[in-house]
Amino acid sequence: MTTLTWTSDEIMTVTAARSLRDGMSCFVGIGLPSTAANVASRTHAPDLWMIYESGTLGASPDRLPLSIGDGILAETADTVVSVPEVFNYWLQAGRIDVGFLGAAQIDRYGNINTTVIGDYDDPKVRLPGAGGAPEIAASCREVIVIMRHSRRAFVDKVDFITSVGHGAGPGDRERLGLTGAGPVRIITDLGVLEPDPITRELTLVGVHPGVEVADVRAATGWDLRVAEDPRRTPEPSGAELSVLRSLTGTART
Amino acid sequence: MAVPLNEAVGQLVHDGDTVALEGFTHLIPVAAGHEIIRQGLRDLTLVRMTPDIVYDQLIGAGCARKLVFSWGGNPGVGSLHRFRDAVTRSWPVPLEIEEHSHAGMANRYVAGASGLPFAVLRGYSGTDLVGNNPHIKTITCPFTGQELAAVPALNPDVTIIHAQRADTAGNVQLWGITGIQKEAAMAADRVLVTVEEVVEELEPVPGQVVLPARVVDAVSVVPGGAAPSYAHGYYERDNSAYKDWDAVGRDREAFGAWLAELTGSTGPDTSSTSDPEPVGKGA
Repeated sequence: MTTLTWTSDEIMTVTAARSLRDGMSCFVGIGLPSTAANVASRTHAPDLWMIYESGTLGASPDRLPLSIGDGILAETADTVVSVPEVFNYWLQAGRIDVGFLGAAQIDRYGNINTTVIGDYDDPKVRLPGAGGAPEIAASCREVIVIMRHSRRAFVDKVDFITSVGHGAGPGDRERLGLTGAGPVRIITDLGVLEPDPITRELTLVGVHPGVEVADVRAATGWDLRVAEDPRRTPEPSGAELSVLRSLTGTART
Repeated sequence: MAVPLNEAVGQLVHDGDTVALEGFTHLIPVAAGHEIIRQGLRDLTLVRMTPDIVYDQLIGAGCARKLVFSWGGNPGVGSLHRFRDAVTRSWPVPLEIEEHSHAGMANRYVAGASGLPFAVLRGYSGTDLVGNNPHIKTITCPFTGQELAAVPALNPDVTIIHAQRADTAGNVQLWGITGIQKEAAMAADRVLVTVEEVVEELEPVPGQVVLPARVVDAVSVVPGGAAPSYAHGYYERDNSAYKDWDAVGRDREAFGAWLAELTGSTGPDTSSTSDPEPVGKGA
């Protein structure tokens, strides 16, 4: 038995980075998505075109931005456009390949909550709210979500749908007029989930090394379906880890 | 001619106004927000896409009756605890909220700036924002029959922004991430701009936005007026101040001490006893 030389957060971030293909345009959320996108752009995807909702198009920061409006994004962008322009001309017009999001809560059908825990009018916890996510989830060609796995985060039904995943199942996105494919992959610190092609229900398709299917099911708040033969996530390479650690090292100032 | 900030706020911002202090992480008009707290303004409808710590402070100080927003948080740190306390426990006063997405808010400002009653966008569909916000409706395109979202124009009584500089005629120049500031200013009845400096002539800068003096009611020179956010080309973001706010914002007592220090021992209602000069267009 070998000891792991990386953390569960590290394999999550590296696996998420690998989901981004070179040359894609990627609408990047701050936090975990931004870290993963910056790992991708420094490893297998040097031409990943990163867009942040502050209007920075084609940003290539030399350190991790601390917010969506970090000055490093403006300094390294191909161009900086206004907020209406980034949402209307780029996102709404269908020019973005992949939306890369985090979430506080996600449900069986990939619907995302970043608004409230509990009742909207009398919330237990007030979260930051929608930001750019509803339209990112609606209009990007596809959506990838990165978040840590727990029963509080992976719930049968979200308390509030901030951003639509696959609604209540097959056909819902089409009925709602949502142009993109919605969440195609959820990457966590335990494994990888993808919507079932027919039912749209999130299904466990991969587990990270050292994680058992039972661990993932135990950390999920519904009776999680499991693919017939879930993949074992390839371990992070030395190069990926060194890039990631150099980035997170600079972010932890 | 520039006007001192306390006079500009005294002239342009009134109890009950709808006030937008805009800035997308960059160029946040923090000093102007603090002046609003010092002057003890009340019952404001505060508007901002990304309310952060200065809005937490305004809310905690009891200036706001309502918040219109799309993302409220302490960027890179976490939650706004004064905001949470107001929403969940009505402290110090109840706070009504009207919640949108960024795309919705951006388009509301564009409609407001354009003199239109509402904006159309492809958004909100299927989200719970729809049922909880009566200002989000559906409209059918008269040409294609497509169902789209409609949101009302946003026309603040006052928009306040911070910019790098103005010239002596009152033309305002900002650059870097310019966010929604142009639209927010053009949508408002009155516009106050705080600047790092006033110069004889505005030298062009790549990516600049210039607001002509005729849409600006007052310019106040407030070097460092966006701190702890940043002013591109002038100073960096003070990330530690955002982290430090977390502990202050979490605790009513710590916040009270912070507030007492900001407003001074004389209290909030004594800051403007003089009769300030009128503030004119292009001042």
